[in-house]
Amino acid sequence: MVTFLLNGEVVNAEVKSSDTLLNFLREVKGLTGTKEGCNEGDCGACSVIVTDETGIAKTTNSCIALMPQIHGKAVRTVEGISSPDGSLHPIQKSMVKNHGSQCGFCTPGFISTLVAAHKNGDSDFENQLAGNLCRCTGYGPIIHSAKENLSEPVPVWMDENLDRLKDITSPNNLPQSLEDLATLYKNNPEATLVAGATDLSLEITKKLKYFNNMIFLGGCEQLKRIEITKETIQIGAACTISELIVSLRSTFPSFTNMLLRYGAVQIRNSATIGGNIANGSPVGDGPPALIALGAILKLRHAETIRMLPIEDFFINYGVQDLNPGEFIESIIIPKEVDILKCYKVSKRFDQDISAICGCFKLTVFENTITECRIAYGGMAATPKRAFKTEKKLIGSQWSYSTFETAKSEISRDFFPISDLRASSNYRLKVAQNLLTRLFYEMTDTNIDSRGVLPCP
Amino acid sequence: MSIGKNTPHDSGELHVTGRALFTDDISLSNDSLHLAFGLSSIAKGSIIELDLSKVVKSDGVITVISAKDLLFTSDTSPSANDEPLLSDGTIHFLGQPIFLVIASSHINARKACRLAKVNYKKEKPVLTIEDAIESKSIIADGECHYIKGTPEVAINAAPINLTDSFYVGGQEHFYLEGQVAIATPQEDGGLVIYSSTQHPTEIQHKVAEATGLKMHEVRVEVRRMGGAFGGKESQGNALAIACAIATKATGKTCKMRYDRDDDIIITGKRHDFRIDYDVGFNEDGKILGIKFKHYVRCGWSQDLSLPVADRAMLHSDNTYNLEDVSITSHRLKTNTQSNTAFRGFGGPQGIIGIERAIDHIASHLNLDPTKVRTINFYRSGTLVKENLQKPQTTPYGMPVVDSISTEITETLLKTANYKSRLEGITAWNKNNSVIKKGIALSPVKFGISFTLTHLNQAGAIVNVYTDGSVYLNHGGTEMGQGLFIKVAQIAAETFGIGIDRIKISATDTAKVPNTSATAASSGADLNGMATKIACRKIVNRIKKVLSKENKIPEDQIIFENGNILIGTKLISFKEGVLIAYENRVSLSSTGYYATPELSWDRKTGVGRPFFYFSYGAAITEVAVDTLTGETNFLQADILHDCGRSLNPAIDLGQIEGGYIQGLGWLTTEELVWDKRGALKTFAPSTYKIPCASDRPKVLNIELWDAPNRLDTVYNSKAVGEPPLILGISAWLAISNAISQCGTQYPHLNTPATPEEILKAIDRARNGV
Repeated sequence: MVTFLLNGEVVNAEVKSSDTLLNFLREVKGLTGTKEGCNEGDCGACSVIVTDETGIAKTTNSCIALMPQIHGKAVRTVEGISSPDGSLHPIQKSMVKNHGSQCGFCTPGFISTLVAAHKNGDSDFENQLAGNLCRCTGYGPIIHSAKENLSEPVPVWMDENLDRLKDITSPNNLPQSLEDLATLYKNNPEATLVAGATDLSLEITKKLKYFNNMIFLGGCEQLKRIEITKETIQIGAACTISELIVSLRSTFPSFTNMLLRYGAVQIRNSATIGGNIANGSPVGDGPPALIALGAILKLRHAETIRMLPIEDFFINYGVQDLNPGEFIESIIIPKEVDILKCYKVSKRFDQDISAICGCFKLTVFENTITECRIAYGGMAATPKRAFKTEKKLIGSQWSYSTFETAKSEISRDFFPISDLRASSNYRLKVAQNLLTRLFYEMTDTNIDSRGVLPCP
Repeated sequence: MSIGKNTPHDSGELHVTGRALFTDDISLSNDSLHLAFGLSSIAKGSIIELDLSKVVKSDGVITVISAKDLLFTSDTSPSANDEPLLSDGTIHFLGQPIFLVIASSHINARKACRLAKVNYKKEKPVLTIEDAIESKSIIADGECHYIKGTPEVAINAAPINLTDSFYVGGQEHFYLEGQVAIATPQEDGGLVIYSSTQHPTEIQHKVAEATGLKMHEVRVEVRRMGGAFGGKESQGNALAIACAIATKATGKTCKMRYDRDDDIIITGKRHDFRIDYDVGFNEDGKILGIKFKHYVRCGWSQDLSLPVADRAMLHSDNTYNLEDVSITSHRLKTNTQSNTAFRGFGGPQGIIGIERAIDHIASHLNLDPTKVRTINFYRSGTLVKENLQKPQTTPYGMPVVDSISTEITETLLKTANYKSRLEGITAWNKNNSVIKKGIALSPVKFGISFTLTHLNQAGAIVNVYTDGSVYLNHGGTEMGQGLFIKVAQIAAETFGIGIDRIKISATDTAKVPNTSATAASSGADLNGMATKIACRKIVNRIKKVLSKENKIPEDQIIFENGNILIGTKLISFKEGVLIAYENRVSLSSTGYYATPELSWDRKTGVGRPFFYFSYGAAITEVAVDTLTGETNFLQADILHDCGRSLNPAIDLGQIEGGYIQGLGWLTTEELVWDKRGALKTFAPSTYKIPCASDRPKVLNIELWDAPNRLDTVYNSKAVGEPPLILGISAWLAISNAISQCGTQYPHLNTPATPEEILKAIDRARNGV
């Protein structure tokens, strides 16, 4: 049984763990305002607002949210965004007035995302809306509708009273502590661990696989902690990318800037850093930076802890160094960094999967590169270090020619494939050019095409 | 006054509250059934054995239908009857439907589809344009040729010659609402179909044919679509037919909606082209002779490919007067999705050819491309109208009497501050080695009318009730473009009443029959005029009664502000309606409109296919990262012609959305097939339409404020397709930026993805 608030009312849902929130809303509750656009979390038509104990209104792709993930939380759909007496939310009013809907199919999803942003006081609308696709309007009237409500107060009916869920019982596969999780998984190592489900759900919605043995991580508070000490930052594996961005912003600004292009808000609100590592994808955006930073994984099997440098975790495509019943508990990142630059290159700037992701950690002392760790995503079957390139750079003078010379090593470090995102040639060429970008960026040459303004 | 007002979309409030019902939202009885297609996994060959035993036994499956079970010819083609609903044993593309599962739920139907065992005899597929040219694989008669003057002679005599060839990629519609249809059984054996379609009459016709029913036994209703863009002109046929067949077989309501992946894998897209040009010109950039060759990838069947390829030819001139010109079009058949209508219908592909040639010429001569454009423009319509000069004619012999390209371009160059920005960009490029800027202007002239002349007709029905409320129905469909509100504004205007008195209703084949698709940008022109005619008839009947009763001439009776002014006497509209009713006058009327003055022979390529042209222009500025090929669009300025706009806000929405869709077509929207013919970009995770941050940081859009010189409804102009073509300026701006890296005009294919751009930069640097 999954219990949650739906548009302010307590709902007890007898569901399978593999049921998606979208299907529950549309097919069980008849709430057809929320739409299925792609069934894979990439178009945003299914966006709803999920509020958990943090009180943050999180726009969420309901098509890939599995029901146990919303246990104990509040879900608000487009039907619950106007007031109970039917009057419109200020964002809804503006969208009508400003012609923010044309065909209207994506509109409920936009409303959910904009209303969540409004409640949270977020005003970086291009970023907030990256996960909502509209094929009709060109986005202008939608962004305008968001902007004109910046100072409008949040309507009272948007409050979520999670106290009403205080005494609910959690499903058995949603352990409420790290110890319970460790025991449960030790006894049931065949189970599939589910964190944000932003990748896993596609096995259900697209590959049509049936999962009857899943353990959900969302109940373990210990897995969501971020502990910052003088030397390290320790991140619980179930921290979402959104939470990571907030916590790491001041320490690793280049990394968090890149993470702002990890999926879109909806995905970042659900996806966890642990999941991003554990699924072993060669194009995940977390691992290259964490490898460059020299992060250590803290792995747990029941009571046993194993520490493993993250780069050793990725053995081959789809093969990770993880034993049955063992899971990632946290990631420990050394804080000390001289230079860290993280670059992502994709077909579309926002909400796209990397063609190449390159992360560079360097220490420069008296104009000599004394230390260097470089890792790329999208260049091999796993996220991988560029050892030969590193070797070439270490001990060299900080100069244009050093970086130009090191470029040739990239093609000895990597033999990338061609696929729909990019050809092998492009990947190699750009991986090399990112070294040039790094050099230029550190020498104040303008390399930021996104920051350029039109000529007056 | 209703015309010219920024009235919000009639469904705006329903959209933002989630109350607007799309086809998939219609509540069905619990015993309704759900359908899915089993798809071929090879691109070309034949089926040796189709083993569906596991499919039949799968959870919730009621029955499975393959070609041999079909009772009637079940063809989904809008043109040539060459698209069997289910494969007849021959496989034409990877993703072709080969069997139909009827199951208790959508998910059960989808799961069952994957359990088929199919043995194929594989053949080598014809996939690319080059494959098709090599193997002479063509659609219908294959080649089409228009010629004006003596291009060969003119090109040879010209002081300067340039030739080039480039590829223009296709485009997936990516309507947010996927294809969907529902069939419900009726007591008399008839069917009611709910379909997300731009063409209810076609659905009615194809469903009747596939079920052995008469057209009058099939009623098709469409309230709204969640986007269409041409992708629902013919591509919904298969789902509606499948539902109809399944309903006839089971007696139950049947629904089919494609999962997004299936939708993209099965349905046709924008035609991709190879365009070759050979142009002769003088030192001023004046084009003296030009030859175009279009190689058009049509896919596996004919669908709408012939008129699409025709329209590309008809737009090869764009805004430019070409005295000596030839256009040859090769329609190629490939083992890929059957390409179909997509906003612009070939027009954008025709136009991009000459726009590139013009920039190529300007680059060669080191001239400002806007100057080369201006000297080649068609003579201004003002000069023609005032009989100062004779009109020039298009390559197909139609006089261009309404050109405003010069006026629009001159105005836009000023308002966009082009000259000083060009200087700023030159300075930027001198000082920046990595990020290069580019700027470009592209104009558009788009022909309005279906080129299949008989389609230029429409009907409406208007009922006025005794309380003064009005029920409106017409043959056009609402896909988000704002057609319904525009037509309602026309009805309100004609009756002189407020729009709140007009009831907008779903498109319904039982109300207005024999309609054309809502396509070719013609929805408001055709249905608006039909509605106006219907309303005028009722107004005239009421006037007649009131004139007689009040002994006031009819021309002194005026309908305005919810009232009727009879000489000096004022009565309410409702009172007038009641008087007419009591005098036994019909308050219901149909209206019918057929576009006048059209005459077109597509075989010879001569005549007047279009009633008039819509014009516009855009200037786009871009920044290109020369290390990665990534782009950032900085500013776009658009000036576009909607005649006397029926609803400026709706028109601005069409312009902005069209421009962004055009920009997407030419930049991030890349379709990738593998060597087997499998489309690899079949979902938004892999196929990238523009998102909010791809919009130019500054976007200024203005309407060119002048009435249509031709007699269209309230002298408005069509707006749906033309603005998409303005996206070409974004692509030309990228080329302009790349040209900063070398000496030659860059060879840039579309879509200009970062990879394609980086390749073009390399070629520019290496001088190839």
